[in-house]
Amino acid sequence: MQTETIFYNIFFFIVLFSLGYPFGLFMARVFEGDIPKRVSWIKPLEKIIYGFSGINAEAKYSASTYLLHLLIYNAFGFLLLFLILLFQGHLPLNPQGFAGLDLPLAFNTAISFTTNTNWQAYSGEVSLSYFSQMVGLTTQNFLSASTGLAIIMVIVNGLRNKLDKTIGNFWVDMVRMNLYVLLPLSFILALILVGQGVIQNLAPYVKAVTLEGVDQLLPMGPAASQVAIKQLGTNGGGFFGVNSAHPFENPTPFSNFLQLLSILLIPVAQVFAFGKLMKDEKQGFSIVAAMAVLFTALLVVSHWSEVSTIPTWANGVPMEGKEQRIGVNESVLWSVATTAASNGSVNSMHSSLSPLAGLVALFNMMTGEVIFGGAGAGFYGMFLYVILTVFIAGLMVGRSPEYLGKKIEAYEIKLAIIGILVPSALVLLGAGLGAVSSWALTSTSHKGPHGLSEILYTFASTAGNNGSAFGGFNANTPLLNVLLGVTMLIGRFVVIYAVVMISGSLAQKKYTPITAGTFPTNTYIFSVLLIGVVLIVGALTFFPALTLGPIAEHFLLLKGHTF
Amino acid sequence: MTQTSKKKLFTNKDVLTGILNSFRKLSPRDQIRNPVMFIVFLGAIITTGIVTTEVLSSKFSSFNFQICIWLWITLLLANFAEAIAEGKGKAQAESLKNVKKETTAKLWTGKTHSPVPAAYLKKGELVVCEAGDVIPGDGEVVEGIASVDESAITGESAPVIRESGGDRSAVTAGTKVISDRIIIRITAAQGESYIDKLISMVEGASRQPTPNEIALSILLVALTAVFVLAVGSLKGFMQYSEVQSGAETSLATIPVLIALLVCLIPTTIGGLLSAIGISGMERLLQKNVIAKSGRAVEAAGDVDVLLLDKTGTITLGNRQASEFIPAPYANAEEVARAAFLASVRDETPEGRSIVKLADSSFKLRNIEFKDHSSRFIAFSAETRMSGLDLEENGANSSYRKGAPDSVIKWVLSNGGEVHPTTKNSVEKIAKSGGTPLLVAHNTRILGVIHLKDIVKSGIKERFQELRRMGIKTVMITGDNPLTAAAIAAEAGVDDFLAEATPESKMSKIREEQKAGRMVAMVGDGTNDAPALAQADVGVAMNTGTQAAREAANMVDLDSNPTKLIEVVETGKQLLMTRGALTTFSIANDVAKYFAILPALFTGLYVLNGTPILGSLDIMGLDSPQSAILSAVIFNALIIAFLIPLALRGVAYQALPAKDILRKNLLIYGVGGVIVPFVGIKIIDLIISGIGLV
Repeated sequence: MQTETIFYNIFFFIVLFSLGYPFGLFMARVFEGDIPKRVSWIKPLEKIIYGFSGINAEAKYSASTYLLHLLIYNAFGFLLLFLILLFQGHLPLNPQGFAGLDLPLAFNTAISFTTNTNWQAYSGEVSLSYFSQMVGLTTQNFLSASTGLAIIMVIVNGLRNKLDKTIGNFWVDMVRMNLYVLLPLSFILALILVGQGVIQNLAPYVKAVTLEGVDQLLPMGPAASQVAIKQLGTNGGGFFGVNSAHPFENPTPFSNFLQLLSILLIPVAQVFAFGKLMKDEKQGFSIVAAMAVLFTALLVVSHWSEVSTIPTWANGVPMEGKEQRIGVNESVLWSVATTAASNGSVNSMHSSLSPLAGLVALFNMMTGEVIFGGAGAGFYGMFLYVILTVFIAGLMVGRSPEYLGKKIEAYEIKLAIIGILVPSALVLLGAGLGAVSSWALTSTSHKGPHGLSEILYTFASTAGNNGSAFGGFNANTPLLNVLLGVTMLIGRFVVIYAVVMISGSLAQKKYTPITAGTFPTNTYIFSVLLIGVVLIVGALTFFPALTLGPIAEHFLLLKGHTF
Repeated sequence: MTQTSKKKLFTNKDVLTGILNSFRKLSPRDQIRNPVMFIVFLGAIITTGIVTTEVLSSKFSSFNFQICIWLWITLLLANFAEAIAEGKGKAQAESLKNVKKETTAKLWTGKTHSPVPAAYLKKGELVVCEAGDVIPGDGEVVEGIASVDESAITGESAPVIRESGGDRSAVTAGTKVISDRIIIRITAAQGESYIDKLISMVEGASRQPTPNEIALSILLVALTAVFVLAVGSLKGFMQYSEVQSGAETSLATIPVLIALLVCLIPTTIGGLLSAIGISGMERLLQKNVIAKSGRAVEAAGDVDVLLLDKTGTITLGNRQASEFIPAPYANAEEVARAAFLASVRDETPEGRSIVKLADSSFKLRNIEFKDHSSRFIAFSAETRMSGLDLEENGANSSYRKGAPDSVIKWVLSNGGEVHPTTKNSVEKIAKSGGTPLLVAHNTRILGVIHLKDIVKSGIKERFQELRRMGIKTVMITGDNPLTAAAIAAEAGVDDFLAEATPESKMSKIREEQKAGRMVAMVGDGTNDAPALAQADVGVAMNTGTQAAREAANMVDLDSNPTKLIEVVETGKQLLMTRGALTTFSIANDVAKYFAILPALFTGLYVLNGTPILGSLDIMGLDSPQSAILSAVIFNALIIAFLIPLALRGVAYQALPAKDILRKNLLIYGVGGVIVPFVGIKIIDLIISGIGLV
């Protein structure tokens, strides 16, 4: 890496952690219901919401009831969005007069935003009305992110409660995350982004004449408000088709820096919040450390590959697929961050990344996006790996495995494995079948290993609820819309099911005091082991697939063959 | 059951029966119980089918045939591990069965007895046993006292006393009355006797998978499922890549894909899992402890608190003299001599310890006194003194030692006086946790003997080890708190329970369990039974009562309370062995990928005659076939190499969890990545050298 690149990245990390840590403590207080002063003026609104919707904020529910509430809520959100998308032609705020989406696309898109995936089989500026974007998508961005965040509190309650059948109240957890965390933060970010030049209007598209004298249609719309939450809530669904590579979404280096920061802010903060909530901040540090090490290693690989393996032409910089104004480093950093964090927004075209940088992006998603990961999802996904790690480590130290005083037994192991492996199985099944079936092959736009990468990326992105696209793969076919929609649905809710039920089971257990015979989970050894488990599980599952995709492409590229 | 040499892991005979049984275990019914190995089983059958068709259509492929053979060998080795672990238990069961010969019981009707086959005895019936009789069933002595030879069960040849009432009333079927006559009430119906239970436990008939074993099996099944998908989808990816690169032939044949799958699924741990579990109980058996279930062994590894009886476990059985403290008007030798004389014919352990101390301090062994004229005064609960009356220098001389107030009374009644310092010395010893005995000669109190509990040598270090392992030790004693505290401090236990009663023991266990801790305890008396049942791990002494043995989940045939510590270690070792081999098994996959995948991908994306993915072949293996075969062979042989480790368990050291983890991670994790690289390369050199491929 060049010196300035290193400085940029180090500076980025310093800012990220110095904001992430205090924000994590802030989130912990919100989770506890001990609302910090700065946002306490919103409190009456919380009461009004509970009163209006008949929620008993004091009630505590069992794991299965909690899960039921979560599912009802998400099903409702899905239905609302689905209908808006189908009937946007009859709804207001549609200056371009877009017709409703066809059934499979509406289904796919509604699931995509409900599951925090934000896979976009459509292109915003040529298919969605402002109403669909604002009322439909932006709302869902908040709802899906807060659903994920609520699960953190479920885990905390599972670990903290003793011999207790309840694990909390979904409505309260979710409402608090929206009111005190997501809304204020998005509001601030949107304002700054508008200041940087991100557009925010309801005007019809503008016709312009370019310097060459050609007519051009400039799309308009309320972008800033959606961009803010798309990053903060690790949603990633762009207002425009090319996402944050579009100058109206991401106009300046500062807006780029801010968006990068907001991709990882909550994913980092939520782990600190967990440590704080467990009254042992080191428990959060050890997990954050594992994530940071993995992130750094993958970033280094990605960057090395990008600058050293792509044959460069005129200006000595591999710029294909990248925005000139954004440059190599910030594109690579973004590609790693957005796939690590289940975000899925892009500021460059991932299809044009060098093969190994593409592999890093793929690998991030294949591990289930647990390297910081999505809002809530990153931590609860990592929690499953923690369970697995603790189990193996516990056996190795000769003691029935336990995490933070709760015994990890067959039931927890079963669910943790389901949560980790079902998304992986979806990727292997989908891509394995896709590689020999015309419904996927006709959608690819490249031959050779790159074509295989496209298929792999599509399934990894949807099963992992990332939502970024490799580019080149035409996912907007009726069959793929349905298939990928179902993939996203399973990828999201099977994991949530596993985590909530594990927490429910843990809450009912008694607390085993920590002794010198207990394997400590707040030390560097734990971080190392956790890294090992994430890498090994990911690598063992996907090594053959990755070898025939990006790795083969990498070796071919070194010999001068491109696809 | 005799104690055999513990050095050798198995004999030639064990191996032979093991081999026979490993073929017997190839039946589908046995195989389906282990899902990981069942996949290997299916793979072997499919490959055999393919090879057979090839032979029939005269397209015999030596490569496929060899894969097929090694798949079967993999299965056989896994079976062998289990068979040999079971075999050792069976041998032990056999020797127990010999004990349980058909015997005739003498049914007691109140006045006379009539012969009845032991098999027809019912619970509650009375039988009489005389010298030479084998006790026909488990029972309780209701009348009489007898010495009983229990060597058939314990291996201990010294006979033990069994008498009615109290804690020594339990008798076991198969043991033999050596002297006297007892009447026994039968307490267990046939087939449910203690020895029946031992046999069934040892045979593993009642062996249920333990909670951790179940959890681990789930993990292994899931890993297997993922690898089935990984290999299945690879077929698709390869087909795509073959089309894209225009490859003419494909190495991804069914036998090769099966070979890859078998190499990847955790066969190492899958094949050894049941052997590890069985051998855990087996290792306890070698220590002469019988666990009633594998669950109990596993629970032992999780113990947080050990409740240990003071007497016999922490301290030597009895108190011993440690010091003579002379009165101001006497000297130490005088005290020692008097104490020696007062104890010379005292056969109690305390008495002998006084003689020993006196002798070692002042060489009094050869002291002369006229034996015929001396009269020994034995200790009685009433006088609470013992001593000797003899003729010395023509006068009657009386020596006494005993409880301070009794001796004072005696001296005063003889017309003597009590010096005020006496009381001080007595109190000082009592405060330090010792027992003071006064020594007197006629009218003079000469001094005080300090009797104290002697903490067993090495026990303090043991407790330190336990503390490092995170286990808290609690000493249980009937002593007063003062005495208890002193001994607790000397022995280095973490806590003590003084003036213990069955109720207070019980509440101590409940209290610890309420705080989430796992409690282990040792007991032998009937009044220990509730506490033994309440404890998570209860070890009953074999000499204990029937009730205690019923309530406990382990029985120590040697009746050595210190064993509890070894039981805990065995439990930990059991889990560690599973964890270590799981880690090793998974870590192995890295090398296997690097061996098989490049071989599999040789036909893909070939540039100028070299396959582009050949760069992944970092081991530089001879040929694709040799690479695949080497991986399969390694995968089979590693099971054989690890059988001793599975049976013996990984080395255990009393270290904190994080140190153990670091060590095991290095050996089995990092080692697990490296070893197969070396192993596969060596096998590749050999098989390509002798031209197998």
